[in-house]
Amino acid sequence: MALTTDEVRHIARLARIALTDEEVERYREQLSGILDHFQVLNEIDTADVPPSAQSFEQHNVDRPDAVAASLPPEAVLLNAPRSEDGYLRVRAVLE
Amino acid sequence: MPSIAPDAFDRTAHEHAAALRAGEYTARALAEATLARVRAQEDALHAYITLTDDLALAQADAADARLRAGEGGPLTGVPVAVKDLLSTKGVRTTAGSRMLEPFVPVIDCTVVERLNAAGAVTIGKSNLDEFAMGSSTEHSAFGATRNPWDLERVPGGSSGGSAATVAARGVPFSLGTDTGGSIRQPAALCGVLGLKPTYGRVSRWGVVAFASSLDQVGPFGRDAQDTADLLQAVAGRDPLDSTTADVPVPDFQERFGRGFDGLRVGVPAEFFGDGLDDAVRQPVEAAIDAMEVQGATIVRGVTLPTARAALPVYYIIAPSEASANLARYDGVKYGFSVTDGRSAEDEMSRTRGLGFGAEVKRRVMLGTYALSAGYYDAYYLKAQKVRTLIRREFDAAFEQCDVIASPTSPNVAFRLDEKLDDPFAMYLNDLYTIPANIAGNPGISVPCGFADGLPVGLQLMGRPFEESTILGAAHAYGQVTDWHRQAPPALG
Repeated sequence: MALTTDEVRHIARLARIALTDEEVERYREQLSGILDHFQVLNEIDTADVPPSAQSFEQHNVDRPDAVAASLPPEAVLLNAPRSEDGYLRVRAVLE
Repeated sequence: MPSIAPDAFDRTAHEHAAALRAGEYTARALAEATLARVRAQEDALHAYITLTDDLALAQADAADARLRAGEGGPLTGVPVAVKDLLSTKGVRTTAGSRMLEPFVPVIDCTVVERLNAAGAVTIGKSNLDEFAMGSSTEHSAFGATRNPWDLERVPGGSSGGSAATVAARGVPFSLGTDTGGSIRQPAALCGVLGLKPTYGRVSRWGVVAFASSLDQVGPFGRDAQDTADLLQAVAGRDPLDSTTADVPVPDFQERFGRGFDGLRVGVPAEFFGDGLDDAVRQPVEAAIDAMEVQGATIVRGVTLPTARAALPVYYIIAPSEASANLARYDGVKYGFSVTDGRSAEDEMSRTRGLGFGAEVKRRVMLGTYALSAGYYDAYYLKAQKVRTLIRREFDAAFEQCDVIASPTSPNVAFRLDEKLDDPFAMYLNDLYTIPANIAGNPGISVPCGFADGLPVGLQLMGRPFEESTILGAAHAYGQVTDWHRQAPPALG
């Protein structure tokens, strides 16, 4: 399963990872090789087999809807690269 | 108060606990001696990203107060290391990544909170492959950990630091995490015990997430009792992690002393085929023979035909979940950040391009591809269906036997750089450990011999929530062999 350079650039864009040209070529080769190893799954008949999202099916785990303590704003912002007046600061998304 | 003799570092945690209660030495003296020893080993070993002297000494003083009052349990005052994937309040938690190099958590994760409540003394945050992605600890942004049995070789991974420091007699036990073998494989390669609990047995709250349907926290130790004691301290339902199972936590030593009588040990041919080094096969088969001599019933007819597909299933599911979990590293909330970009997207992409290492980028890309439009059914959904088949096969196998025995890793510790340029060769290290993650079952690696002077691990897998059974078997095996007591050469 050979990926093209354009496909690798598309995946990197979806993942929001800036790659150098060398990285694009290296990942194109490596990911193509890894995808080849996945082809063995096509030999396994999974008709009528339900998917498992995790090993022991648990669904809709509830807890009481009670008010509990949460982190103070200064703790939440402690590790923020940029913050201002109690808010995270980000670049404008809409120019 | 007498000082700590050098041979005290060969002691297990329960032996330290007994000495502390007897007043042979204080937790403070033990913590100071342990920090000095671990620091002296670091040039050769590099098992830690951060040593936590201040925290350790404060915890040791608190432990001494409890011990003087006649209180405390098996962990009180005993040194422990925790993988640097586990959030520690006020102590930098890097996940082995440049992305989290400056990150100082404002909470303790649940398992660390439980260790603290038990009175354990945290010596440091151990080294790991970045975000727990790897089988050699070479993918740490802070440099590789070395194997104490041969410093030119890797300790395994991703919890390589936790395994290496226990093997080198730095600390008696430690915590790691296991998503595809990251506790059991380094335990095997370093000659210590390592246990992956059943999915849902231990809380992941506050543990940096990798693949949420697979990740589990678990213990390393030098005997079954220490491994059980550490698991006992951290196991059980946590309201903050809704994937923890609401099942009772047994006494994990409840089967100690029963030997192998009545134990049915399944030996599936699929775990002894192509890809297994003969040098590893021999001690593993000798271990199975030893269990039979001691009274175990060996069941050779057990079969797990789809287990061979667990590796590709894992390398679809884990990267897919990782691509979603690691989306949070956007340079806005915490961690490494590029702040001089042309736009929000440019800053985010460059933050992730520079902050993540090669293996993490590879897996995030792989997962993004497997989840992308047009490929979801062929990869992610298909993998989830094959996971169902693998689970069913394990359930059927465990109707014929109580534990399943196999090699932990197909090979012994390999040389640094040997597999770095070939990702799939690295992935094959997890061939025998991944099936238990996919099926959710518990598994333990137990030292069972040497090949060319390097440790070999025997893997014992159990039914869901039957950690007691595999720990009982590991304990019984440790009663009739002394592989787990072998120590690597002293470091510099």
